[in-house]
Amino acid sequence: MGNLKKAVLASLWFMFLTFPVLVVRVNTIEKTVQWRFMNMIYVGVAAFALSYVWSYLLAKRQLGEARAADGTGGRPSLFGRLLSEPRIYGPFLAVAGLAALAFPAVGSMYQVNILITALIYVVLALGLNIVVGLSGLLVLGYAAFYAVGAYTYALLNHHFGLGFWTVLPIGAGMGALFGILLGTPVLRLRGDYLAIVTLGFGEIIRLVLENWSDFSMGPSGISGIDRPSLFGMQLSVSGSTIYMYYIMIGLMLLTIFLTNRLKNSRIGRAWVALREDEIACQAMGIDKTRTKLTAFALGAAWAGLMGVVFAGKTVFVNPASFTFLESAMILAMVVLGGMGSIVGVVLGALVLILLPEFLRDFALYRMLIFGAAMVLVMVLRPQGLVSGERKVYRFRAAEGSHE
Amino acid sequence: MDYFLELFFGGLTRGSIYALIAVGYTMVYGIIELINFAHGEIYMIGAFTALIVAGVLTALGLPALAILAVALAAAVVWSAGYGFTVEKIAYKPLRTAPRLSPLISAIGMSIFLQNYVMLAQTSDFLPFPKLLPELEFLKPYRAFIGSSEIFIILATALSCAGLTLFIKFTRMGKAMRATAQNRKMALLVGVNVDRVISLTFVIGSSLAAVGGVLIASHIGQINFMIGFLAGIKAFTAAVLGGIGSIPGAMLGGLVLGWTESFSTGYVSSDYEDVFAFLLLVLILIFRPSGILGKAPTQKV
Repeated sequence: MGNLKKAVLASLWFMFLTFPVLVVRVNTIEKTVQWRFMNMIYVGVAAFALSYVWSYLLAKRQLGEARAADGTGGRPSLFGRLLSEPRIYGPFLAVAGLAALAFPAVGSMYQVNILITALIYVVLALGLNIVVGLSGLLVLGYAAFYAVGAYTYALLNHHFGLGFWTVLPIGAGMGALFGILLGTPVLRLRGDYLAIVTLGFGEIIRLVLENWSDFSMGPSGISGIDRPSLFGMQLSVSGSTIYMYYIMIGLMLLTIFLTNRLKNSRIGRAWVALREDEIACQAMGIDKTRTKLTAFALGAAWAGLMGVVFAGKTVFVNPASFTFLESAMILAMVVLGGMGSIVGVVLGALVLILLPEFLRDFALYRMLIFGAAMVLVMVLRPQGLVSGERKVYRFRAAEGSHE
Repeated sequence: MDYFLELFFGGLTRGSIYALIAVGYTMVYGIIELINFAHGEIYMIGAFTALIVAGVLTALGLPALAILAVALAAAVVWSAGYGFTVEKIAYKPLRTAPRLSPLISAIGMSIFLQNYVMLAQTSDFLPFPKLLPELEFLKPYRAFIGSSEIFIILATALSCAGLTLFIKFTRMGKAMRATAQNRKMALLVGVNVDRVISLTFVIGSSLAAVGGVLIASHIGQINFMIGFLAGIKAFTAAVLGGIGSIPGAMLGGLVLGWTESFSTGYVSSDYEDVFAFLLLVLILIFRPSGILGKAPTQKV
């Protein structure tokens, strides 16, 4: 009964709240008004139904928290168990790997291009995962480092004719350099301030690229960038797209391997420890500044690397590709996939890029849904699609691995 | 001299708007230590609501002053409603979560609201009707100050004075100060903390709506993205003045307004937004506690 009353109230409240924006549309020049009362009914019905779902999910989350607190829970989800069972994920990975390798032979050029984009985002999200997921430093200007990489290649290629493979490490280096330059002064800030400073920094980079025309050719960007060459040969457009696809597969595997190794290394564990409790960490003798700076520089290096790939793929860069929206999108991949979990982040990036491709009508609503999903994931399932797993040493498991 | 005065009043106008929005950031931060990323969107929704209501009333043929009053009231009511709802959905369930969670939730909310308005209305710039009346006696000073600017400055001064009085002298204001000092302690002495937090969001959102309506009427056009930049700049103002401090937010808004106005006027107008971001980065690096803020002591 209480729930019914709540649902009716929620329904009425949202109908009221969305009334001006969703129902009325005015044209101030011709002084005409368009009424869309159907929207009001949709909102009312949806709010009524969602009210039930919302209270059910909140109750479920609280139950889960209570269970986790008294230690009776702890049974990993079905998905989690599937992922940790080699007999199940082994064959799946083999099939997926073969399909990925054979894809350019069956897919169209357009599809290959989409997959390259998806792979670029996978690597970007894995890079951001080092900073946000593992170290808990919220960076909102990640696209700036991506832009640094892209413009490094674009400018070096335009002015000096340097090739893709030469610039690839330079781009990563430039990304890391900018990461360190920005990181050194700001890393002593607390989490939320850091987020805003990085956002400000990201916007500064973009605005400078847009306005400093002598340096970056302004809003019109730089075109005619060379595609990557294969042992000195220039390939045709379709050939180089396929080539780029394999490059990206290689880079993604390399990134997964490296981030996985990093995660369990001494520095990786220091990142996670810093994320959990800075003060305890310092008491244990971890150099806070250096550890954070490493995370920052590494994350930025990956963005720089992908920037070069992006410039090589699209053969054109302009500042409009590196807005806050881009940073927000990469962040959404990390958050939705599961902060700190490599499998989760890869899945998150793939889903967020490929899903809108499959559902074309839904493309318009993409950012709306991402935004809502970010809120919902934070409220209902903070660990994301796949929760990050900590390596647990066996000799501790006997005494119970819970704190 | 005229040019200087023009920039001075331009900066004062801008600064007033930043101050109105910054108060919302600073109040929320003071109470629940959260950067309410969706605050800029609340301001944008306020401006849109006013535009829609004004459009309907113009079509009905009401007098200009009545349109202004009703549109402003509607903007305040709906913005407050959105602020209240956003808190209930996106922040309240996360009170005890790690600090990053509500911040990410806030970013998600901001993206959601932007796209919601874009899909429900339009992605183009909409012309905003001139709601503020022309003042005859200002004619001779037209070169450096317009009547809408006077209205903005006055409205801001009034709102800020009203808010200060409210916080200083009412029972609810006292509860707010108590909650800002120590939430748990306030709860123990019988303050309804949930209600205080809701009220904080409602007040902050209402002020942002006032700012949104005034500036939209002054500039003459709006779109769904206006909240992003205004939000960041107002946040800069809040940090500049010392986040958590309400007089600080007002001062910060004015300083930021003048900085922008004079630097675009005398240095270069291409880099208008860069100056604000640069100021933000510099304050956070060199004086994160702001002009009027107290340096926080870290408790172990």
